[in-house]
Amino acid sequence: MTESRTTTAAPGAPAGENPPLLEVSGVTKSFGGGRRRLTALDGVDVRLGRGETLGLVGESGCGKSTLARVLLGLERPDAGTVRYDGVDPFALRGKELLNWRRRVQMVFQDPFASLNARMSAADLISEPWRTHPDVVPDAKAREKRIRELLSLVGLRDGDAHRYPNEFSGGQRQRIGIARALALDPDLIVCDEPVSALDLSVQAQVLNVLSELQSRLGVAYVFISHDLSVVRYIADRVTVMYLGKVIEHGETEDVFDRPQHPYTAALMSAAPVLDASRAAHDQEIQLKGEIPSPFDIPSGCRFRTRCWRAQDTCATEAPPLVVRPSEGAGDDHTALCHFPLEARSAWA
Amino acid sequence: MTTTSATDPALDVEGLCVDLSTASGTVRAVDGVSFSVRRGRTLALLGESGCGKSMTALSVVGLLDPAAEVTGGAVRVRGEDTLRLSAAERRKLAGPVLSIVFQDALTALNPVQPVGRQIGEPFRIHRGLSRREAREKAIELMTRVGIPEPRQRAKSYPHQFSGGMRQRLLIAMAVALDPDVLIADEPTTALDVTVQAQIMRLLRDLQDERDMAVVLITHDLAVVAQRADDVAVMYAGTVVEQGTVREVFSAPRHPYTRGLLDSVPEDAERGQPLPAVPGSPPELSAVPSGCVFQARCPLVRERCVSERPVLRATGDARSAACHFSEELARD
Amino acid sequence: MTTEELPAADGREDSPQTAPARKGPPRWWLLLGRDRPAAVAAVVLSLVVLVALFGRLFIGDHAQRQNLDASLRAPSLGDGFYGLLGTDVLGRSVLARLIDAAATTLSVAVPAVLCSLVIGSAIGLWAGYHGGRRESVAMRVADIILSFPSLLIAVVVLYVFSPSALNIVLILAVARIPVYLRTSRAEAAELRSRLFVDAARTFGTPSRHIIQRHILPIALPTLLTVATLDFCFVMLTESSLSFLGIGIQPPDVSWGLMVAQGRQYLQTAWWITVLPGLAIVLTTVSATVLAAWARIATDPAQRWRLTLPRKRRGASAAVPPEMIP
Repeated sequence: MTESRTTTAAPGAPAGENPPLLEVSGVTKSFGGGRRRLTALDGVDVRLGRGETLGLVGESGCGKSTLARVLLGLERPDAGTVRYDGVDPFALRGKELLNWRRRVQMVFQDPFASLNARMSAADLISEPWRTHPDVVPDAKAREKRIRELLSLVGLRDGDAHRYPNEFSGGQRQRIGIARALALDPDLIVCDEPVSALDLSVQAQVLNVLSELQSRLGVAYVFISHDLSVVRYIADRVTVMYLGKVIEHGETEDVFDRPQHPYTAALMSAAPVLDASRAAHDQEIQLKGEIPSPFDIPSGCRFRTRCWRAQDTCATEAPPLVVRPSEGAGDDHTALCHFPLEARSAWA
Repeated sequence: MTTTSATDPALDVEGLCVDLSTASGTVRAVDGVSFSVRRGRTLALLGESGCGKSMTALSVVGLLDPAAEVTGGAVRVRGEDTLRLSAAERRKLAGPVLSIVFQDALTALNPVQPVGRQIGEPFRIHRGLSRREAREKAIELMTRVGIPEPRQRAKSYPHQFSGGMRQRLLIAMAVALDPDVLIADEPTTALDVTVQAQIMRLLRDLQDERDMAVVLITHDLAVVAQRADDVAVMYAGTVVEQGTVREVFSAPRHPYTRGLLDSVPEDAERGQPLPAVPGSPPELSAVPSGCVFQARCPLVRERCVSERPVLRATGDARSAACHFSEELARD
Repeated sequence: MTTEELPAADGREDSPQTAPARKGPPRWWLLLGRDRPAAVAAVVLSLVVLVALFGRLFIGDHAQRQNLDASLRAPSLGDGFYGLLGTDVLGRSVLARLIDAAATTLSVAVPAVLCSLVIGSAIGLWAGYHGGRRESVAMRVADIILSFPSLLIAVVVLYVFSPSALNIVLILAVARIPVYLRTSRAEAAELRSRLFVDAARTFGTPSRHIIQRHILPIALPTLLTVATLDFCFVMLTESSLSFLGIGIQPPDVSWGLMVAQGRQYLQTAWWITVLPGLAIVLTTVSATVLAAWARIATDPAQRWRLTLPRKRRGASAAVPPEMIP
């Protein structure tokens, strides 16, 4: 891999000396044409360093799954650039592309649908090696590696020959994680990896993920709708709404001092366990549901549900509001005409 | 049980047992579950998948899979044990007395029938209204659950609605005949967070308005905390703790409840491991003979292996099935 | 990478009681034994196949031997082995002819079905998985084939070329390709968007391997079910062709031809028509039942259902799958 460095530093680039592992800028992707044109991503910027975790938050139709597919190279963006260590995966061909594929893997949301029910755990975990036989060349080493991977995610040797339907959801998700690790990736895109799991198991899988990160230095793009999970696992958070990044910043900044009304509403809508906290925050009830991605509102796309919306929101695209981080790290940015100043502003 | 009030409960489930045929023989999926709800109250059946909460709900409304069979207990509504009723008598109760809201609105609605007709159906079946009258009732209900332009929308088909709107339709159908008891089986799990909040608000408003007893089946602790009055925590087919949400959540008396509450990442510090409950729930075919939670319990001792704890009172109107619940009370 | 075990493994206290019991899938013949209809179907089918393979060795020329004195005899126990099922208008033994015809019928129907199954599914899976232009081209070709009445093509082709068994097989195979093509395309198009296929794509797995490993094994039971139904269709088409005189040529005989030949005696000698008809029905029904059984038996998640009593097997949507351990 070439080490060429891209210097199109967006505001708030991390001060690290290494080039970012992943840099996505201005990525746009739409499907279909004419009146049935669906804009899934509209000028999305994302950056992520090695061994870091980016939380990607948003509701259905916000484009987070499409973004995941772009990051994995499964979907080619219409415009914008994707760079891994400065390399554009969409320019790669043949052997190089195959080698690049090893570096980005995915853990899927649904541990039931993402594992072929007719393959045993060992088959599933070793499946990537059928395409990349040089990773673990001989059968003996493979066997050993399967055992290693199983124990790495907290499963037993004996589990290797069982089929997915004999495992619980949490165990299946561990198999999914082991499979993603089989090719030693730099980045794992986790698409709602724990949302299909039970709470007590969810915590275990989250622990496995963070443990693997500290041990192997793998970076995560962690897609979730569960804010408490994102808050726990992510270093930085990107909030998306209808294909656009509407807020981005260090986790504490975004959670404690949201600027965009949508982010604030999302946090208020999520039920919380702590009754005292729930009573303290006034609940923001948004009007209606997310508009159809086929028909995105003019100006600010959130205006149809926003309680702060004014006339300008319908006519002008919202400006990028930049606020320096309270801690260290990325600037706290939002796309809004009337950003929230502090928590008290909307309570 | 928590029947300290003078009024009779709207739904009273006692010692419900359900057996399930599986690959490894017949297993007990629900083992002696008891609870009761009064009108106007919400009881949450809280538990992880496979704990038997949905099975309990389905046996209450008589919609069990053919592989499952109720083998004991009683489900009383309006003084009658529905388990002893014939299928036809039971059907008479479905709607005016007991009704259920499913999780997946898309599969719970008929895809080839206009929604207005489906929502009006209970009126035609139970009240013998004409097609036109039923239609008017349906439109009224659709207005009530917040569907815009109900008169036009009544002609639309389920797939033409968004997930949140479909759930509203399903709720409209469930409350059509003013049931005494509404069972909501994970009613918002498939929805977006902001829509979830709307649906929960709607359910609460309808409950207040119609004075229904609600049994809320969920795995989401936060939903229970915000929505329910009482909670029954289920594990491996049994109720392990029961009481008011406020008391149970602030001071759990069963290590499982405690573990669940601890593993919510709400206040967790990033980088610190979450206090997870180790292991996973036992397979129904291998539920141990002693305490069902023994394999994952931090307090486990010999007595837990040999003797299954029964639900016993741990305070006013609350109970837990743990030999050592006092130890949890101490710290 | 280190091999230390992570704490809090949810696999670790996994009930040791169940582990040995679940080692490996149950033997298929045990499962078959538990399912009476499927077992009967298997027995019937193997009988038919055995008869088709070896029957001719035992009956000699009885299928062709005429005996006008014994014309149109009803089935009876008194006329020896060859009279068991009666005789036709030329006094030929129906039983012998049934046995002889089994070989001919199967030698036409089996290759025809297999050819169309293999070719149709291969194209259909490929087209369905890739979608786009490849899919539309394949589907248009299928539509064109389907838009001709297959019997008509068969008549034309067989009239032009000689009506040999090979030609019948080829014609029937081509005519039935669209059926498999459409089915497999639909399956592949649906499976293409499944998560585990996406997962395989994230490893960079070439599409040919994805089709082999992930799509074919899941689509196969459906395709086999279609094939067993098609088996019936092919046998009937073959009989229509034989009836028109361009199918199996006498003195060869097939079940379809027997039905056709016996039709005019239906009122007086039912056995000539009904018995070969019954043979066709029995064979196809057995194949269908067995295919339905195989469909469940090959699915690791469904296999256990075969151990239930039959009446309780049906799974309604009322119980979510995670509740069935």
